[in-house]
Amino acid sequence: MIRASFALIRRDLGLSLTRGGGPLLSVGFYLTLMAMIPLSLGPDQAVLSRIAAGLTWLCLALSSLLSLERLFERDYEDAVFDTLRLGPLPLELIALLKCLSQWLGTGVILSLMTPVVMIILGAPMSLALMGLVSAFLGSLSFALIGGIGASLALGSRKGGVLMALLVLPFYVPPVIFGAGLMQAVQTGASPLQALAFLSAYALFALALGPVAMGAALRSALS
Amino acid sequence: MGVSLRVEGLSLKKGYNLLIHNLNFTLKSGEAISLYGENGVGKTTLLRTLAGFLTPFAGAISAYENDVHIEPEIWQGRRIHFLGHHDALSPSRTVAQELKFHADYLGGAVAGIEMLNLTPLLDLETRYLSAGQKRRLSCAKLLMAKRSLWLLDEPMAPLDVDHRALLSGLMQAHLAAGGMIIAAVHDPLPFATRILKLERPTAKEREAASV
Repeated sequence: MIRASFALIRRDLGLSLTRGGGPLLSVGFYLTLMAMIPLSLGPDQAVLSRIAAGLTWLCLALSSLLSLERLFERDYEDAVFDTLRLGPLPLELIALLKCLSQWLGTGVILSLMTPVVMIILGAPMSLALMGLVSAFLGSLSFALIGGIGASLALGSRKGGVLMALLVLPFYVPPVIFGAGLMQAVQTGASPLQALAFLSAYALFALALGPVAMGAALRSALS
Repeated sequence: MGVSLRVEGLSLKKGYNLLIHNLNFTLKSGEAISLYGENGVGKTTLLRTLAGFLTPFAGAISAYENDVHIEPEIWQGRRIHFLGHHDALSPSRTVAQELKFHADYLGGAVAGIEMLNLTPLLDLETRYLSAGQKRRLSCAKLLMAKRSLWLLDEPMAPLDVDHRALLSGLMQAHLAAGGMIIAAVHDPLPFATRILKLERPTAKEREAASV
């Protein structure tokens, strides 16, 4: 079972790097969005450094949406699920591993970009480091909640828009907690509370995600 | 004794349409069934139901090993191979990568490369393969992980004459080793099998099931 899990993660990571719509697309989208912010708001350093943290979270959420459509769709179209379902892993675990490899391939890279982007926008160093930690937790929640949306929209043609509508409301809590965390750091308050909420939401997604995805996939695949 | 599969009173629906009504058969170790029937009669649906992908409308499918019932999860996860007419391959991965993945995922060792003449194809991405080459690649997983029941959906269709003979040799070896095969076919297999011809349910049966 462990061997099968690693085989699946290796395969999905390899696929996300080689086929289109992988991390490059999301990272490119993320960087372009961030580059447009100073262009649209003007180069005033004081304004930018104040709103950098909040905007980073918004862009992170939107970039995480991009690669969702491909999470299950390709394997569904190529009938790869026929093989996956006859292996030793239950459908819930397959879905979880796919989400985690998606996170490793895209979310983690986006998180690593986050402090860089924040510094470019003029945020102080301490804030950027906190941004890295919170972006890790946030992108994990985005990947898992997004996986639920992706599995629900599976099989409907052009499910991308439907998926965005399903998923975005559930992206709100991490955005609130993440931006709140940034604000706490900026105003010198304790960041612990926001950090705890952010972790709690990631754990909530980790617990609910596999069960929900398993049920949705089972109905989409029958 | 070995393994056996028992299908009792199986009825299958696709949407509201009754496809198969009250199907009963028992398959024992070393036996093969050729599944005949016109297009759209439900051969693929039956195979997918036996693989556990679809839930039957009525009836039961149960597997036994030495008369002890095998849990459906174990049966589906460790004892069945399913070869659909859609080869389950990712177009952007190479043949070698797919072989390695199937071996690791299904719990076996990479095998059958020589036997299925896959050596010259190893570095090609699977989207460049012809239908017959894809089928040969899919057949490799039959050899890599040892499983009791092979569910084959028109396994011979894209293969050339030599490879048809090769695959039927593999199937006979599997039966001789105590395996079971259910294959949907249009041309008879070149060895003795039991024959199951699927018929469309009568209007009366269809009406009874639509309530």
